[in-house]
Parts: sequence; structure tokens; C-alpha cells
Amino acid sequence: MSDATVAPPQLAHHFESLEKQQHAARLGMWLFLATEVLLFTALFAGYGVYRYLYSDTFQQASRHLHTWIGLTNTLILIVSSFTVAAGLDQAAKGKGRNTFRLFMFSVLCGVVFMCFKAYEYTHHFHEGMLPGRYYTYEALGSGPGGAIFFSLYYLITGLHAFHVLLGMTVLTVIGLRARAGRYTTEYFVPVELAGLYWHLVDLIWIFVFPLIYLA
Amino acid sequence: MNPSPASEASGSMHFVTDQNGYFADNYLVKPGTGLRSWLYTLDHKRIGVMYLVGVSIAFAIGGFFAMLIRLELLTPGPTVMDAMTYNRVFTLHGVVMIFLFMIPAIPSGFGNFFLPIMLGAKDVAFPRLNLLSWYLYLLGAAIAIYGMVYGGTDTGWTFYTPYSTTTATKVVPVLLGAFVIGFSSILTGLNFIVTTHTMRAPGLTWGRLPLFIWGIYATSVIQILATPVVGMTLLLVAVENAFGWGIFDPARGGDPVLFQHFFWFYSHPAVYIMILPAMAVISEVVCAFARKNIFGYKAVAYSSLGIAFVGFFTWGHHLFVSGQSAVDGGIFGVLTMFVGIFTAIKVFNWTATLYKGSVAFTTPFAYFVGFLFFLVFGGMTGVALATLSLDVHWHDTYFVVAHFHFIMVGATVMGFLAALHYWLPKITGRMYSEGWGLVAAVMIVLGFNFTFIPQFLLGNMGMPRRYYSYPEKFWALNVASTAGASVLALGLVIVLVYTLVAIKWGPIAGRNPWNSRGFEWMTPSPPPLENFEKPPTFTHGPHEYADEDPAFPAPHLAPEPKHV
Amino acid sequence: MNELLRRLLFLPEQASEHARQVDALHYFVIVTTMVAAAGVFLTVVYFFVRYRRRGIDDRTPFVHPEFIHEALFVVVPLALFLLWFAIGFPQFVRLSLPPADAMDVYVQGKKWMWKFAYPGGPSSIDTLRVPANRPVRLLITSRDVIHSLYVPALRLKMDALPGRYTQTWFEADRPGRYDVFCAEYCGTGHSAMLGELVVMPEAEFDRWVSEQRRSELVASAQDAATPADRVLPAGNLVEQGRRVASEQGCLKCHSVDGSRHIGPTWVDLYQRREKLKDGATVVADEGYLTKSMMDPGAQLVDGYQNVMPTYQGKLTPPEVAALVEYIKSLRTQAVRSGPSEGPAYESIPRK
Repeated sequence: MSDATVAPPQLAHHFESLEKQQHAARLGMWLFLATEVLLFTALFAGYGVYRYLYSDTFQQASRHLHTWIGLTNTLILIVSSFTVAAGLDQAAKGKGRNTFRLFMFSVLCGVVFMCFKAYEYTHHFHEGMLPGRYYTYEALGSGPGGAIFFSLYYLITGLHAFHVLLGMTVLTVIGLRARAGRYTTEYFVPVELAGLYWHLVDLIWIFVFPLIYLA
Repeated sequence: MNPSPASEASGSMHFVTDQNGYFADNYLVKPGTGLRSWLYTLDHKRIGVMYLVGVSIAFAIGGFFAMLIRLELLTPGPTVMDAMTYNRVFTLHGVVMIFLFMIPAIPSGFGNFFLPIMLGAKDVAFPRLNLLSWYLYLLGAAIAIYGMVYGGTDTGWTFYTPYSTTTATKVVPVLLGAFVIGFSSILTGLNFIVTTHTMRAPGLTWGRLPLFIWGIYATSVIQILATPVVGMTLLLVAVENAFGWGIFDPARGGDPVLFQHFFWFYSHPAVYIMILPAMAVISEVVCAFARKNIFGYKAVAYSSLGIAFVGFFTWGHHLFVSGQSAVDGGIFGVLTMFVGIFTAIKVFNWTATLYKGSVAFTTPFAYFVGFLFFLVFGGMTGVALATLSLDVHWHDTYFVVAHFHFIMVGATVMGFLAALHYWLPKITGRMYSEGWGLVAAVMIVLGFNFTFIPQFLLGNMGMPRRYYSYPEKFWALNVASTAGASVLALGLVIVLVYTLVAIKWGPIAGRNPWNSRGFEWMTPSPPPLENFEKPPTFTHGPHEYADEDPAFPAPHLAPEPKHV
Repeated sequence: MNELLRRLLFLPEQASEHARQVDALHYFVIVTTMVAAAGVFLTVVYFFVRYRRRGIDDRTPFVHPEFIHEALFVVVPLALFLLWFAIGFPQFVRLSLPPADAMDVYVQGKKWMWKFAYPGGPSSIDTLRVPANRPVRLLITSRDVIHSLYVPALRLKMDALPGRYTQTWFEADRPGRYDVFCAEYCGTGHSAMLGELVVMPEAEFDRWVSEQRRSELVASAQDAATPADRVLPAGNLVEQGRRVASEQGCLKCHSVDGSRHIGPTWVDLYQRREKLKDGATVVADEGYLTKSMMDPGAQLVDGYQNVMPTYQGKLTPPEVAALVEYIKSLRTQAVRSGPSEGPAYESIPRK
């Protein structure tokens, strides 16, 4: 380690340089995102198989969902991704306070998303659209396809909602740190990584929406 | 202890070893020795050591269950337990051995310890994530053991539905335990990949990486891509078992064979997670004990990647008789053959490495020979199973059990033991007893043969797996197998005993008792906290023994060189 | 030679030509494996002796492999493996192509027994009698969890899946008694789920079958022990099917005289090409008929409403099999007299 320059405070002891550390952080995040994608891929594959086996019932079931809510949620997430990207841009310019505000707006979008989902789920429970052995919804015929559709629906949207919550937590923590001035124009990689995670959460929903709502 | 002229001139710090060559200021005493310094450690070496202790305990538990199985199978009828207990015992044997031992043992144990050192780095890329991985392993193990203590599950480690979703035994804790350990596995793999990409010391190009790193890297790729899928699958089974959500239950319109596809999509690559690190170790061991460069570096390195890649497309060979179409079966059969080719490439290259080498028959080398022999048989029987028509007879019989034990025990455990003996001097600074080492190795190899060769024959005869009782015609071979298992177990116990003795009282090994030119032997034994005072610069690959190499001075009878 | 290797390898008797051919491949593979393993091992021993270490500090030359070495390392095993595949795969494919004149037997695995039923009767528990030198097709399903029917002497195995039929076939050419095992773990009785395949000379088998059909067999005590089973007395499967059809209300919507009603008529339904609602065509074989009972809306015939209720969980597999046999018997031309000869059919298409 050369003793001419002072090591920046964020440089961890085992890295040669901040640049290498940031490169490692980004690579690590992309790999982690890949594992998240594979998690959902397993569920999508299951959905795909049953969509093929029970195609009529699944198509009908999609039509019995509130497509307008799904569409609204999609738009909300897209907007929130946009504000996250803007927040990252502000962080790169050293403006931590703006990052905080933009991230908090995205968190708010997340809250609205969850509210819509809560409304949707409550409505489903009333109708008897419950998973597995609790399924009592009449309108999809007497075959097992309806129960399977809703089991998968809750698993996929539930897992996604869990990730939305995780994303909101990450954005809040990083947002607060940005406001406290922890990130500089040289070092804002955590903001980048938080942004990447939120974009993934959005991206997954962009696959979920057409797959489940648009039949 | 006088510094030599060379180090004074450079003005840099040097590592001072005592008169026996033991480096006292090592990672075991720095930054401290109390419990908290271990619980909160960020040092990859300490985390590696903790994993080694953990997996060894797991191996003992799994081994205990194995002996119970063999005990029950001593007689055709009930011997020491009833059918339900037996079913739980073989399930737990599988779950403990696979999730708590086979998958983490070499990568999280030896990989954690040696990956950064071999790369010339101070630590892995994400030390805190590394500690988290360790705690996730402990948490997952605790959950699974809780399930075991309260009766355990009787589904077999493969959890086939609808049996697993309708059985009354405690499936959910065991599933959740495996799910949590899956995350430990994913995070470790992620850490290793990033470390390999970003933390190589100057001069260490991909073409100069130790083959151990190539193997661990390939393993890590499988870990991050395959484990999420099984995590999801096990979660689905847990949900179905607990709440009746019917994804795999035909009574609710689900497809039980879909579970098999999902499960094996991970679990087949998982077996490559289990074998690749052992192969990686063997690449190091054969070079060190033949004092020779590996015969075909690129072939061995790329075949690791090849196994990882092609291994993802072979899962269907577990479903040949599940009612799938013959075409599907054919495709998976051919692809399985290709994985066999990559293994064959390695076997030939290792053998050819001995050509014009300088071969020393030490305990690690003995395990190499055992490994090679068992890998050839285990691998060839795998290819035989992939010919499809033979699999119709052998599927779910003791032939398959013997096949995978040949690989998992015959190859992976031998690889683990080779690593243990090769690297004990580096990890602890002390040497084991070579005499006892060879005795135990012989017992293990012989015991192993007597345990599992009868099982190949039982499979040929038609004895199915997971059988609690069996027709009398299978009796003699079962007795032979149990006898062999006892010898195998005894050999392993002997290894445990002299290893513990060596750790406490073994003779000081010095920096490089094997005179090996693997990169890890450049550091003192045991290594210092930050591995190197400054990153070494690499000018060539590992295990080149043609000329003098200043990084590996020739050993003299005088005390060890005092600086690195 | 065959006998020597068979005994050396502890293989069971070879009760069919398929078994003999599979064993031939087995011998090829195992002998090659032994030779290869011996080769590797001896090479290691030779190198160890020839190049053993003389001093702690021995130098060794840096050896480069030539391309030809690695090429051989790849090509030789690959050629061998593909050759084995080329032999084994056709053998495997043959198991999924039963000959057109095969005799059908319905197999049902349940915890922890095997039930065998012949179209036209009789049915039995745990013992399967078949004629020698006649192909037999097994249509296998499970009542509860996955089981697997395994006959080592025939080198034959096929999983029994709940909710689905799988098929395989064999032609035993040697009279005798052979073990039948369950090869898929299914609980505490897994290793007790033993059966027997009794291969009888053809004439003896024919005599036995007609004797059975003349008398009514009482269901075994084991069967009656489980109240969950609706016990069907063994007898003519077609008769049972007709009984089930009227009891379960099928005849309310499906006619047996050719007239169109709420659902398609059953006359000449079997193997009829039906046009579906979504435009595709399907052949109404055993698989389609079974599926229509379990998930009626999945492949709806064009021109009919989706009003048929599902019978999933309401019919036991033997009842389903009986219904299928009944439907198969409703043909306008064939006048059946005497015991069923075994129908002509096409293989169940795999999705």
C-alpha cells in the first residue's frame, strides 16, 4: 500500500483501491440479482406448465382479476423506477438530500402499490378465490384449474410483494444515509446497488403483469 | 531469528518464524483468541476453520445414521428398529450428508481458507457476507436438527410428492433448514466468483490460476444458478404440506412429476457442486506429490467449466422411468454422456501428470489413487445408467446407491481427506503421523470397496432402494456391505483421532513440508492474519518444477528461512 | 458365456428376449469399464514405480500435451459412450412401443399392494399371471403416492403415478415365477409391497382365464380391510363399467345408442377423431377418456357446453378403468361373444 495518498474512509482493508472495491460491489450485486431472477423463474416455469395444462381455466381466471389494478400498479412501479434513477443521478452529483427525497417518493410508490395489492387480496378473499384447499370460487368451473391458478397467483405476487418490501427498506436506509452526506461524487456505489435492486423488483413485476393479468 | 540481508535492504516488514519454523503471530492468535474474536471474525481463514469443524460434526452425524442403516440391514427382517424409524434414519442420513456435509465441505471449508491466499488477496470480496453465510449454515442446520429431534421426516432426501406433501412426519422443519442452508451456499458462491474476478494479485492472469481455483469457481457458478430453483421448490413443498396448496398433488390437479423436474433441475447440478471441488483438490495434490506441472492445464481448467455448464442440462436422467417420452429420455441420455467425457479428460490428464514426475507415496497421494480408481468406476457406471435401457433395470435399486456413493464417498470424501492431509500443515502449522495416515487410508479404501461393491451386485440382483426388509436371497451381500462399512467407519475414526492429536501435539511442519509449489505454500504456516504483507507478484503459473523458484527456496536441514 | 457373466454379475434370470439384449449391453459396458479401470490403475502404478521420488528437491521437466493427446482423451471415450447409447436407446424406445396385438392388463399400485385387472376379468391382488410368448401391455396407475412396478427378471420398470396412466410392455418367453417389487419409496410398507409374476404356458393361461371368468371371485380379505376402497367384485370389467356409468350419472348426459345429448355419445367414441373447441383434433383413446373424466373442460369437444363436472377424487382408478373398458365395448359393428381377446389400439400419445 503506498503511503503517499490517504486511503478514503470507505475503502475496506482487504481491497487494493476504491475502484476495485466498487467494481467488486457491482459484480456482486449483478450476481445476486441473477439469483433473484432464478428464484422467480422457477415459479414462472411452474405457472407456464399449468397454463398449458389448464389453458381454458387459466385464461378465464385472468379475466376475473382486476386488470385495472394490475395496470395501475405497473405504472406506479415504472414511475418509482424513474425516480430511483433520478435519485442515483443526484447522488452522482453529490446532492444527497435530493437522493433522499426521490428515494422516499419511490418508497411512497411502493406503499401505494402494496395498498392496491391489499385491496385486491381482500376482494379475492371475499370472492373465495383462495389458494389450494381453501378455494371456493364458483365461476371457473369445477375442475382443479382454478385452485391451481390462485395458488400460483398468491405465490408469485406474494413473493414479489415481499421483495417490494425488501426494496423499500433498502431504499429507505440508503436514502437516509444519502441525506446524512455519506456519499460523495467519488463514492456512491451503495446508491447504485440500491437502485439496481429496485429496478429488478420493477422488472419482475413487468413480467408478472402480462403473464398473470393479461392471459 | 536474525533478519537476513535481503529483507533489511528492502526495508519491508518480515514474518518471523521461531526456530522450528512455526509462525507464532498467525491468524489463530490475531486479532485475539477469545470466543468473541471467533464469533465476530471477518477473517476468511477462521471462517474456513469453523466450517471444517461444522462439516466434520455433520459428517459424524450422517455417518452415525449410515451405521444405523447398515445395522438394520444385517438381517432380512426387523433387526433393531421398526419401518417408520428406518425410513426416518435413511432420510436424515441423506439430508445431513448432502446439505450439511457434501455441499459445503470443500468449498466453504478449504475454499474459504485457500481461495484468497492462492489469489494473493487479503480476504474474500465480502467478508461480512462470508460470516453471514456461516451463520446461515448454522441456522439451517439447527432448524433441520430440530426437525430431526422431533421425529424427523420419512420422505427420503428427495422429498418426492405426493408422498412428501401428505405424510404426517415433520417435513417442514427439514425443508426449511435446507432452504436456509441454500442461501448460505448461494452467498458463498457469489463471494468466490467476485473474489476471483476482482481480487487477483498483479500478474495472476486467468491462465495462471491454480486449478483449485478453477474448480471452486465452476462450483460457485453452479451454486448461484441452481440453488435458488431448489429453494423455491422446497418452499412449494413446505407450503403444500402445511397449507394444502396443491401444486404437486394430483388430487388437487397438480402434477407430481413436475416436482421431480424442479427438484432435479437443482439436485443434478448439485452433485457437480459436490464433485468439482474434490477434483479441484486432486489437481493440486497430484501436482504437489508428483512434483510436476499438470499435464493439460487448459483441458483440466475448461473441463471444470464444461461439467458445470452441461450439468445443467442432464436432470432428466433421473426421470427415465417416470412416464416421460422416450425422446426426452434420449436427449438427456446423450447430454449425460458429455459430462462423462469431461470427467474422462480429467482422469487421463491427472494420470499423465505422473509421467516424468517425481512421485512420493504419502497419505494425500494414497487418497489420490483411491479417488482415481473410484471416480473411474463411479463415472463409468454413471455413463452405463445413461444408456437408458440399463437404467430401466437399475433405477431406484442399490446399483444407483452404489454408483453415487462411489462418487460421493469414493471420490469426494477421498478428495476431502486428501485436502485435509495436504493442507493440515498449512492450516495448523503441525504435521500428522504419516504412518497412521497410511494405515487409515488403506482401511478406508478397503472398507469402502467392501461396503459398496456388494451394493452394485445387490442392484443387479434387483434389490430396490430404501428397503427396510428384504427377501432372503439378498442377505449375504447385505452382511458383506455392513462388514465393509464397519471397516470404513473405523478407518475414519482413526483419521479423526490422529488429526486431533496432530492439531494439539503434532510436530511443527514448517512453511512447506511437502516442498510443493502451490501458491499457498508461499505464506508461513499457519498464515498471518492478512496472508501477505503486500500482494505477491506472479510471474508464472503454479506447480512448475523445472527450475529454481525464489518464492520456494530449497529446504535445508537448517532452520526455516525467516522471511517471505 | 452369457450364463457365466450373468452369474458373475449376480443378474437374475432372463425371462424375455429384451432381458437378454439388455444384459448383452451390460456385459459390454462392464467389461470395457474393467479394462479401462485396469488400464488407468496399471498406468498409475507403472508411473509411480518408474518416476518415484529420489530426492526432496527433484526437478521435473515442464511437459506440454500435444493436441493429439487431448484429442484422444476426448474422442476415444466419446465414441465408446455414444456406441453404448446407440445400443441402449433403441432398447429403451422399444419398451414404449407395444405391439398392436398385446394383451392389456390394468395395474394399480396402492399402499402397499398391487392390483391387476384384465379387461373382461378377472382381477387379482399381488399376483400377475401372464401367458408365455405373448406380448402383454401394462397400463399402470396409482391410487395414492408414486409407486414403481419392477420385475427384475424382465429388466422392466415403470412408475405408477397417481392421476395418470403410464404404460410399458413385455413378452416373457419362459414359464416361471418371478419377483415383483415396488421400486419407488412409498412409506412404511414399501419393502412389503411384494408381488409375483407367474408366467404360464399359453394353453394353461387360457384355461385359467376362462375358469376365472366363469366364477365370481370374492374380493380378498386385505381389500375389504380398507373401508376407503369401494370394493368391486372381480368379474367382467365391462359390466362393472356399465354399472358405474349409471350409478355416477354419466348416462344422464352421454347416450349409448348414438343419439346426441348433453355430452357426446359413447357409441363408437373409442378411437374416434374428435374436433375440439379450440380447433385441434384429438383421438379419443384411453388417455383422452381418462382426462375427460378428471378435467372435462381441458379438451372440450366442439359443439358442446362446458358443463360436465369433474370426477377427480370421486372415482377410484379401477372404476375409471372399468368405464374406459365399457366405452371401448360400445361399437356398432363388433359382436362380441366369449371372453375378450384384447382390443386393438394405438399407443397412448405422450404430451
